[in-house]
Amino acid sequence: MPRLNAARKHTIDFTLNGKAVSAEAENRMLLSDLLRHEIGLTGTHVGCEHGVCGACTVQIDGKPARACLTLAQQVRGSDVRTVEALAPDPAVLSPLQAAFRRHHGLQCGFCTPGILMSLDALLREQPDAGREDIREHLSGHLCRCTGYATIVEAALAAAEEQRKEETPNA
Amino acid sequence: MTRLEMTGALVGRTVERVEDAGLLTGRGRYIDDLPVRRDTAHMAILRSPHGHAGIRAIDTTAARALPGVFAVMTGEDVARLTRSMTVGVKANVECWPIARDRVRYVGEPVALVVAENRYVAEDALDLIDVDYETFNAVVDPEKALAADAPVLHPSLGSNLINERTFRYGNPEAALAEAAHRISIRIAYPRNSCTPIETYGVIAEYEPGEDAYDVTANFQGPFSIHAVISRALNVPGNRMRLRTPPDSGGSFGIKQGVFPYVILAAVAARVSGRPVKWIEDRLEHLTASVSATNRVTTLEAAVAADGRITALSWDQLEDCGAHLRAPEPATLYRMHGNMTGAYAIENVAIRNRVVLTNKTPTGLNRGFGGPQIYFALERLIHKIADELGLDRLDVIRRNLVPANAFPYRTATGGLLDSGDYQTALDRACAEGGLEALRQRRDAARAEGRLYGIGYAAVVEPSVSNMGYITTLLTPEERAKAGPKNGAQAVATVAIDPLGSVNVKVASVPQGQGHRTVLAQVVAERLGLAMEAVRVNTELDTARDAWSIASGNYASRFAPAVAGAAALAADRIRSKLATIAAGQLNITADRIDFRAGKLVDRDNPDNAVSFGRVAAASHWAPSTLPEGTGQTIRETVFWTPDQLQAPTAADGINSSLCHGFIFDFCGVEIDRATGQISIDRYVTMHDCGRILHPGMVDGQVRGGFAQAVGAALYEEYAYGGDGSFLTGTLADYLIPTVMETPEPLILHHETPSPFTPLGAKGVGEGNCMSTPVCIANAVADALGVEDIRLPLSPSRVSEWLYGEERPRTAPQNAAPVATGASGERMLTGSGSAEVTATRQSVWAMLLDPNTLKAIIPGAHEVRKVSDTHFRAEVTLGIGPVKGRYRADIRLSDMVEPEAVTLSGGTEGALGSGCGTGRVTLTETATGTRIDYRYEAAIGGKVASVGGRLLDGAARVVIGQFFQALARHAGGGGPPSAAAGLIQRLVALFRRRR
Ligand code: FES
Ligand code: FES
Repeated sequence: MPRLNAARKHTIDFTLNGKAVSAEAENRMLLSDLLRHEIGLTGTHVGCEHGVCGACTVQIDGKPARACLTLAQQVRGSDVRTVEALAPDPAVLSPLQAAFRRHHGLQCGFCTPGILMSLDALLREQPDAGREDIREHLSGHLCRCTGYATIVEAALAAAEEQRKEETPNA
Repeated sequence: MTRLEMTGALVGRTVERVEDAGLLTGRGRYIDDLPVRRDTAHMAILRSPHGHAGIRAIDTTAARALPGVFAVMTGEDVARLTRSMTVGVKANVECWPIARDRVRYVGEPVALVVAENRYVAEDALDLIDVDYETFNAVVDPEKALAADAPVLHPSLGSNLINERTFRYGNPEAALAEAAHRISIRIAYPRNSCTPIETYGVIAEYEPGEDAYDVTANFQGPFSIHAVISRALNVPGNRMRLRTPPDSGGSFGIKQGVFPYVILAAVAARVSGRPVKWIEDRLEHLTASVSATNRVTTLEAAVAADGRITALSWDQLEDCGAHLRAPEPATLYRMHGNMTGAYAIENVAIRNRVVLTNKTPTGLNRGFGGPQIYFALERLIHKIADELGLDRLDVIRRNLVPANAFPYRTATGGLLDSGDYQTALDRACAEGGLEALRQRRDAARAEGRLYGIGYAAVVEPSVSNMGYITTLLTPEERAKAGPKNGAQAVATVAIDPLGSVNVKVASVPQGQGHRTVLAQVVAERLGLAMEAVRVNTELDTARDAWSIASGNYASRFAPAVAGAAALAADRIRSKLATIAAGQLNITADRIDFRAGKLVDRDNPDNAVSFGRVAAASHWAPSTLPEGTGQTIRETVFWTPDQLQAPTAADGINSSLCHGFIFDFCGVEIDRATGQISIDRYVTMHDCGRILHPGMVDGQVRGGFAQAVGAALYEEYAYGGDGSFLTGTLADYLIPTVMETPEPLILHHETPSPFTPLGAKGVGEGNCMSTPVCIANAVADALGVEDIRLPLSPSRVSEWLYGEERPRTAPQNAAPVATGASGERMLTGSGSAEVTATRQSVWAMLLDPNTLKAIIPGAHEVRKVSDTHFRAEVTLGIGPVKGRYRADIRLSDMVEPEAVTLSGGTEGALGSGCGTGRVTLTETATGTRIDYRYEAAIGGKVASVGGRLLDGAARVVIGQFFQALARHAGGGGPPSAAAGLIQRLVALFRRRR
C-alpha cells in the first residue's frame, strides 16, 4: 500500500463488475461513496454507515464486504462486484433475482441489493446451502419491510434451481 | 356506496410486481440516487449534545473560513427568513425546525453548514463553537408535570400543553353500579419503525419568483405542505414539493422529514445554490421522529359475567420537546374506536399532552394503536383473571355482535363491517389453539415457563382529516369551521396510441401500489396488466392532490385504489358509448375483453381498445354528443361517512375498521430470561383482498416490527436527556433469527363504504402483536406489570427480583447510570515514579507538561493559577472528535493532594468529572494515586455506551502513564481497575 496523503486525492485502480476502472479519491472516502457518488453506481445502498444493516454489501474478490466500512483506497487491485453485475443482461434477471420477484422477497427494495450480494456469494461457495445456512447469512442484514420469510423462500428456491441446472442429468 | 363489480380476472391475484425488476438490478431511483444540478451543495447539521440547555453564543467564524464552505446558518439566521411552524393546539408556544435560544432535546439542530461536499460540511461542523448553559432535563412524562419540573417552554408556564376530557353515555353511573371495577396502569415506551433508508431532501430557491422547489422522500399527509409553505412564508404555489420514484420504507416515519424540508429550503436560499441533505443513521435514530410514549390508566366497570359496561381512560401522552404537526394526532387517531372490538356503551376519557426533553414525535406504523390496545387487551386479561373467567370467554362476551354492523361506537366511530365471532372461532380452530393449550400444559408439567396470550383489535384505516379537531372544544370547533373527509385522487389518462397511464397521489414506500393499480385499472378496461403504466410520484405543482394525499393510515387499498377504479369506470363508460356507435349496438351491450370492445351477443362485432381510446386525440369531432373527452379522467373521492366531530364530541375517526384476532405461545428460558415465540397465529379481516401476496407481506412486515417493539426496541434516554440508542447496534431491530413466521389467516367481510370493498391492512400487527406477546408473558410468569421491551434483563428481574448490588461493592465497578441518569464511570489507579513529590506537583500545574501528558492535547492554556483550558482530539473506536476541556484545581494541599474537576465539550458529546490525585513519598520517589468519577453525555453516549467504559479508562490511564514517564516512572503503572485485568480475573474465577 502506498503512503497516502490526506491533503490530496489518490488514484485507485481496480476492477468493477468485470471492467477496469481508475478513480480518484481522498483517502478518507468510503467505498460506498466512491461507488455511488463518484462512479455513479447507485445500486449499492447506504442504511447505517456503521456496518450493521448490510444494505451496502458488495463483493470484494468474491467475498461479501460492507462498502461502508471499507475505504475506497482499500480496493486497489481488487475485483469489486455490485448488484448492477448480477443480471446476465439488462432485460433478464438472474435466477436469484427472479426468485426474489416470484416470492415477493422485497418491498421497498432498499435492503435488497446487499442481501442479493450476500446470497449470491453464499450460493456460489456453498451450492448445497439449506435453510439454516441461508438464515445465518441473512442474519447480517436488516430488512424492515418483509419480515424475512419471503426472502428465505426466494433464496431456497434459487438454490434449488441452481442445483438442478448444475446436475442436468441427475 | 355501491360496491363496484369485479371480474376477478386480475384483482385478487398474486401477480408479480412491476416494481421489482428495477429494484432487483440496482436501478431503483431513491432520493440519493437522483441526478442533481452541477452546482448542488451539501448540507450538514450541527446538533445539540444536551437534552436541555440555553444557547449563550455561537461562533461560526472558523467554520465560515474553511475552504469549500458556502454558508453557515444558526437558528436566528433561519428564523429571519421563516415563521414558526404551525402548532396543532391552541397554546402560547412556538415550534422552530432549529433551536434559537434554547435546545430541548439531544440532536436538535443548532446550526447548518452548506459546503461543496458532505465531508467538508462535517469538517466545518467541528469548527463551530457553541456556548451552552446546561439546564436540568426531564424525560419522564409524569415527572414533567411536577410543580418543580424544569419547564421546556417558559411561555407555556408548564409542560402540559393540552388537556381535554370527554364523556360518552353515562360512565360515572356505570362505574358506580358495576359489580367490579378493575383497572390497569401502563407505561408504553418509545420506539420507531425506523426504515432502512433515512431522510433525504434536495432543495432549490428561485429568487426571481420567491419560489422553492423541493424534492424529499416525504410520505404525506400533504396537509403538511401547508405547514411547510406557511413556515417558509410563501403561498402554497411557491412551495413545489416532489417525491422521488422510490422510497426505502417509511412506516409513517418519513412524514417527519418536513422540518428538514424547511431547513434545506432556507439553506438553498442563503447559499444561492441547490442544497442536498441526506440524513445519517445517528441523526435518524437520535432526532428524526418516534412514536409517542404514553402513560395510561384504564379502568373498566365489569358485570359478574365479565361483560364490560364502561371504560374510563386517563392518557398522558409524551410528544417530546415540541408539538410538531400533526401531533397530538397519535392521541386522537383512535378516538372513534377507544372501545376496540367491543360493544361498550359508556366511556370517559381524559387526554393530556405533555412535553419532555426528547425528540418530537410523529407518525409511526400503528399510529396510536399500540398504546391503546396494550392497555385495553392487558385489562381484558386481568378482568378474566380477577373474576376467575376464561380469558377467551371475556373477549367473546364483549365483542361487537355480527348483526350489529355498521356499528356506531360510544365515541362516534362507525365500524363498517365484520363478523368478529366467526373470525375468532376460525382462528382458534384453524390456528390450533387446542393443541397449543396442550403444549403449554405439557411444558408446564415439565416445569418450563410457557404462556399463551390473546389480543383482539380493530384496525382503523383511511383517517378522517377532521379527527384531530376533536381536541378542540365544540365551541372552538364551531368558530374554526368544520374539518372532515379524506379526498383520495386518481387520474386515468389515454395517450394518442391508446395506451393507458394511471397517476395517483399515493407516494408508496415499497407497498407495490403501481402493481395493484395496474391490476385494478387493467381489469376494468379489459386490458392486460402490461398495457397500463402507473406513476405514483407526486409533484404538488403539476398533479391532482389534496391534503389527504400520501401514504399513511393504510388508505391505499380502500381509498386510492378505489378512486382509480372509479376513474377507470368513467373512461370505460365513455368508451362504451363511442364503441356502441361504431358497432351499431347500445352501450350496455359492450364488453371490455382482451384489448377489445366487444358486442356481448356477437363477439365478432368488435373494435380494438386502442382505436376507440385514441379517438379523442385524433378525431374529437367524431365522438358522440355528450361524451366529452376520453383523454383524462381525474376522480376525487371522499366518503360521506367521514363527518366532522359532532357537538357531543363523537367522531368517526376512520372510514374502515378491520378486525384482528391473534394468539401466541411463548416460552421463557428460566436461566436467561430470553423469550422465544413458539407459535403465533394472526387472523385478519381486511375486507376484500386485492393482492394476497402483498397483504401477507404487509402482515409479516408489521408483525416483524411488532416483535421488535415487544422484545427489543426502545429509544432509551438517560435522566439528563442523553440519548442512549444511537446506532443499530444499540437500537436492536430483529434480524431473520429473531423473527418467527406467523400463521396468517383471513376472514373477508368487504367494507360497504369503499369502492372495492377493501380495508387497510398494513398496521394491524403493530397494534395487536406487542400486547399479545405481553399477555403470553404475563400468563407464563403471573406478573401483572408487564413492560416493553421484554428484554432478558427485565424478564430476569421478574423471575429473580431486582438485581441487588453486592454487599461489599468493589472499588472500581463501573456504574451504568448515575443518579442523574448520565453514564457514570468510576475508577482508580496508581503509578510509581522516581521524581520527587515537589517536582510531580509542579508538573501537574504546568501547562507545558500538561500538554505533553494529556492524551491528544494540542494546546493547554493557563487561564488562572487554578484554571486551565485544553484543546484535545480523542478517538473512541472509529469515532474521533475534537473537544475543549476546562480543568479547575481545588482542595489543594501542596504537595500532597489536589482535586481536578472539569468539563469537556465537543462535537461528539460532553463529559464532566472530578479526580483526586494524592502524592506520597516513597523510598525511590513518589507514588501517584488517583481516583476519579466521570459522566459522559451527548453523541458518544448515544453511539457507544458500551465502548465508553473501557475507552475512558484507557484515556485516563494514559494520562497517568504519561505523567509517570515524564516524572521518570519505573515499570508500567498498575491500573487497579484495568478492564483487561478484571476480565482475566473473571475468567480465572470461572474455571
Ligand atoms: S450501510 Fe453498510 S452496513 Fe449499513
Ligand atoms: S424491502 Fe424494505 S428494507 Fe427490505
